[in-house]
Amino acid sequence: MPYRYLEEIATADTAFEATGSTLEEVFTAAADALLNTMTADVTGIAPEETTTFETHNAELDLLLFDVLNELVFLKDAKRLLLRIQSIAFSHDKEMYRAKITARGERIDPARHRLLVDVKAVTLHRFSLEETEHGWKACVVLDI
Amino acid sequence: MALPPSLKKVSDTIWELPVSYKPGMLVPARIIATEKLVRVMDAGVFDQVTNVACLPGIINHAYCMPDGHWGYGFPIGGVAAMDPQHGVISPGGIGFDINCGMRLVLTNLTLEEVQPHIHRLVDALFYRIPTGVGCTGFVRCSQSEFGDILEQGSLWCLRNGYAWPEDLEMTEEGGCFSGADAAKVSNKAVERGYDQIGTLGSGNHYCEIQVVRPENIVDERLGRAFGLTIPNQIVIMFHCGSRGFGHQVATDYLQLFLSVMERKYGLKKLDRELSCAPFNSPEGQDYFAAMKCAVNMAFANRQVILHRIREVFSSIFHKSPEELGMKMVYDVAHNTAKIERHMVHGKKKEVLLHRKGSTRAFGPGMEGLPACYRETGQPVIIGGSMETGSYLLAGMETGAETFYSTAHGSGRTMSRHQAKKLGRGQKLQRDMEERGIYVRTDSWGGLAEEAGAAYKDIDEVVEATELAGLSKRVARLVPIGNIKG
Repeated sequence: MPYRYLEEIATADTAFEATGSTLEEVFTAAADALLNTMTADVTGIAPEETTTFETHNAELDLLLFDVLNELVFLKDAKRLLLRIQSIAFSHDKEMYRAKITARGERIDPARHRLLVDVKAVTLHRFSLEETEHGWKACVVLDI
Repeated sequence: MALPPSLKKVSDTIWELPVSYKPGMLVPARIIATEKLVRVMDAGVFDQVTNVACLPGIINHAYCMPDGHWGYGFPIGGVAAMDPQHGVISPGGIGFDINCGMRLVLTNLTLEEVQPHIHRLVDALFYRIPTGVGCTGFVRCSQSEFGDILEQGSLWCLRNGYAWPEDLEMTEEGGCFSGADAAKVSNKAVERGYDQIGTLGSGNHYCEIQVVRPENIVDERLGRAFGLTIPNQIVIMFHCGSRGFGHQVATDYLQLFLSVMERKYGLKKLDRELSCAPFNSPEGQDYFAAMKCAVNMAFANRQVILHRIREVFSSIFHKSPEELGMKMVYDVAHNTAKIERHMVHGKKKEVLLHRKGSTRAFGPGMEGLPACYRETGQPVIIGGSMETGSYLLAGMETGAETFYSTAHGSGRTMSRHQAKKLGRGQKLQRDMEERGIYVRTDSWGGLAEEAGAAYKDIDEVVEATELAGLSKRVARLVPIGNIKG
């Protein structure tokens, strides 16, 4: 699993570290860590519905922040539990851009082992950095 | 943990970090706690409360309450009064769950009458009040009607048959912060929350059936004034907020403030979660109007949940809610910012008061209290862990030090993952039932995370608030049934 939960950072909430050899991998791992906070069985989420969204930000770390926030939004607004299928990144002079394709299914308490709801993605100790082996992100979620 | 060397003991319940603790501090930071509680506070509290002390316009001190622990921007338990003319407003001083709060409801039933029905009662509450990840409510409203809820709060509930007139009087600010402007909230916030009215949510949110045992009444006179008149009386307490709507409002404005605070207003970023804008600026005023929408949504949410609770009790006991004496004791917000009038340097002044994980605790005789509580002071509802119980307190005349603010809960000491290692949710449910507490939940994992051992000792927290002269104990409320998000 390219993410692990960090115990010592967030007393009342949840923190995780996600890794990947590419930017797409670390974004995908972070999205799975977010999903795994809300439901126990990430791999059991069936790819029944496809949704796409685009986001942009002048800062690369805040692009990840925006993507995770959009997934939290879709969980409430569309009741969708989503995994990232693919990401097309682009970068022009001032902006990092990501076009996300995500797949998943509607929340069904009868079938999904639901855990806790995520209120928000926070910027507390939020980081995205390039490492020797690829990329690493640290995220704290408000529960 | 080791306390910061410069932490000075001002009194048995006030601990102060001087302005020399950190460059940029404008006022000292004060932690309200007994020595035992201050020693178990995490390092984040000292760092964050002193960041708050750096915010422009802060008056007197930055405070942290006895149940404090690290939060986002402000610590949980953070209180800061700002000069409305020259100070800032910070979403980090209010929290993502805007107007998360507590409501306490009476019944004229006793433990002996309720105990035989506790499974049916808790099961019915569990089915009738949606809980858990992504839950939606039973109130069907269009997105435009949702705008009315945002601007009217509990008043919308009264107009639509979900409230008794006296419920509004028993809610802080009458269940509606005036000045809410639905035009200041994003479509995303509306889309996220318009179908969540009447839902409890998840995490530490709950609805609990509690008993007031005679031996747990600390102040009989105040207890009677608050409606605790029968031995082993049953009351209902619940804890929830503005759901996805409020979380989105906070997220939206946090990002807006981040983009303008340095560039447009020259405000230094100490922590990205402590983003802020001048209160007297277009961005500051827009956030204040949007935040009030979330405050009102939360009041409406709790009001609609109360309506459902009354329906459930009525159907099980075959009596009307009126016959069952299901009156509200009070509803208090613990994540807000509002304009209040307080004494500042000997003069009564308007201040912008941030309370994050802190409850307003007006003392006897203060303006803004319903007539029935003018002599007693405001009821203060402190939620404890689902295993150990909660408290009803009363605001005190001596609360001026913290602008009449007190604690809000018992405060976590153990992370969610650590708590889960204590045991599985199913086992905890069985253990609790053996001890006379019947719990229903959507999430076993979520239940395990809320184990009593994950929280501070609530007795110590409320005792600290009483010793500090902020809120005095009226009664300890012990759970017998609980639904958890």
